Amino acid sequence: MGVFAALRNHARCFTQCTLDDEKERKMLQIEDLQVKLGDKEILKHIDLEIHPGETHILFGPNGSGKTSLLMTIMGYPQYRVTGGKILFKGKDITHMPVDERAQLGISMSYQRPPTIHGVKTRQMVQICAKGEVDVEALATKMNFSEFLERDINAGFSGGEIKRSELLQLMAQDADMLLFDEPESGVDLENISLIGNTISKLLQRDFMVKSEKTQKERRKERTKMGLIITHTGFILDYVTADKGQVLYEGVLVCTTSPREIFRTISEVGYEECVRCVS
Amino acid sequence: MRELDKKALQAKEKNAKLGPDIDLESYDSEPVPHDYVEDLGSLSEAEKKRMILAGVDAEEKDRSGTYIQKDTAVLHAGSKEEGLEVIPIKQALREHEWIKDYYWKLVSVDTDKYTARAQLDLHDGYVIRALPGSKIIYPVQACLYLEKEGLSQNVHNIIIAEEGSELHVITGCATAAHLRQGLHVGISEFYIKKNAKLSFTMIHHWAEEMMVRPRSVGRVEEGGLFLNNYICMRPVKSLQMYPTTHLVGKGAVARFYNLLVGSPGSEMDVGGRIFLKETDTRAEIVSRAITNGGNIIARGDLIGEVPGVKAHLECRGLILNGGSIHAIPELKGEVDGVEMSHEAAVGKIAQEEILYLMSRGLSEDEATSTIVRGFLSVDIPGLPPQLKAEIDRAVEQSDKDVM
Repeated sequence: MGVFAALRNHARCFTQCTLDDEKERKMLQIEDLQVKLGDKEILKHIDLEIHPGETHILFGPNGSGKTSLLMTIMGYPQYRVTGGKILFKGKDITHMPVDERAQLGISMSYQRPPTIHGVKTRQMVQICAKGEVDVEALATKMNFSEFLERDINAGFSGGEIKRSELLQLMAQDADMLLFDEPESGVDLENISLIGNTISKLLQRDFMVKSEKTQKERRKERTKMGLIITHTGFILDYVTADKGQVLYEGVLVCTTSPREIFRTISEVGYEECVRCVS
Repeated sequence: MRELDKKALQAKEKNAKLGPDIDLESYDSEPVPHDYVEDLGSLSEAEKKRMILAGVDAEEKDRSGTYIQKDTAVLHAGSKEEGLEVIPIKQALREHEWIKDYYWKLVSVDTDKYTARAQLDLHDGYVIRALPGSKIIYPVQACLYLEKEGLSQNVHNIIIAEEGSELHVITGCATAAHLRQGLHVGISEFYIKKNAKLSFTMIHHWAEEMMVRPRSVGRVEEGGLFLNNYICMRPVKSLQMYPTTHLVGKGAVARFYNLLVGSPGSEMDVGGRIFLKETDTRAEIVSRAITNGGNIIARGDLIGEVPGVKAHLECRGLILNGGSIHAIPELKGEVDGVEMSHEAAVGKIAQEEILYLMSRGLSEDEATSTIVRGFLSVDIPGLPPQLKAEIDRAVEQSDKDVM
């Protein structure tokens, strides 16, 4: 290798390294997080890091605290942080109000969002996009055009709620996306639409004949995802880097999501009980 | 006329069934002369501005006719369209024999001391009539404007949608910016004849010490439609009204929409009553009330007198910042085979809704105001876009005040 080539290489590494550092600073970092809902301790000493470009799947039986963890990250005040902290993009957001977190780049797809009478779905999409947005085009993608003039979530079926939530997240275009059981209540016809949309939102969709290689695209990926799943269906559509198991408020396990799903499918959460005790 | 006067005299001291009593003697009732205005453009800017708040456009853009009364005098009355008449009621009483078939035929002159006063000391008012088969697409605008401090403005209005006609009326009541105290007594009688359609949208824009006592009754014949929208989002000392409509022809429909915002010191007692007297008639009353310190009574009363009628009453209230809302929905089915329902809810804005909007990036204040605006934005089928725009504007304005 000639001197110039070596220098060029070095320079590239230097740029790449700073870029990586830059990227890393944007991660979500949860340290020793303890949360109470009312008087009940629902999250116990949670440590979790989601790096830019990473997607994690969150497993756990009913009532284990999965939704609570998402709501705490989003900043819902009834989830009272009694210890530990949450950092996002280098900022301590532990006690930051919901709207500021949203502005900083956190978004959430809810399982049971409230109905707001008189507020149309179209308006919600505009709110998410902070103004300029081609609502029709987005809605067409989500097969949701006929719902735009309806009051948000009013009389929506389970599957319609999911499509509405994803439509809003598409408009919001946040860096950190939290999904609370995105596939629950979705009929077979729409499950691939939901799955593929999430995949796209998390920059994990496969592009045929893309100018960039898949490897390059992976490297450039910045979106962070945390997905709660009950059925595991979502794993057929969304690739994920890590799986986490939450059991009675404790993160008991971190490994490949496929492996966790397989274990749960085979023996249920029995196996997790052994790790807790 | 003698008979009417006689009956009115007997009811002169008769208190109203609802609402705090008003001492009529404490208000001046002497006529206040103002010159007739041919060209609406010559109104003062201040007047135009106040009138716009109540939905009246001095340029008459997208309007088919105009009636403006200031204090006790008619400033302007005229129709821009064939098939539409806009006449001051005193003139009508002088010149047209037919008006006698409508004058005090629905509202009883001896209902209470306010109806009595409107007979004994009538200032003026409007007669708006769509001739048979006329489709008047653009709204007629009417404004009852109060400028003189301490005046009792006594008006009587009659609206007639003749057979097969279509008519939209927006009427605004407003006061001059400086005015504090006054009394408005307004009689309104609505005649919706066979297969006719009338939408009547009233936007009130009063002053803090105003007393307001409207008395109105409508009658809808076979296949007729009556949309009655009432919007009052500004402070008023005491407002009491209970507009009533009789559905007397097969398939007649009436829909009432009330939007109320009660500010501190305001007492509002607003209802709606619909009698379903013939088969296949339909009635709906929707009321939305918000208080940020005022007291609101929202009444609704549906009476099904024959089988095969359908009626629904919906009353929602939001208490934002003190004050009270008393929802009184009433249903009365007098025979087998009526289908009547009501729902009422009074509460505060759900925290969950605010947080949901905040997680989409709105601040807490923006989220609250979005919810309030949504609460007040009721879809009113059959309302022309110009009137929808006026209502939206009133809601927008009130939102600024409530926040």
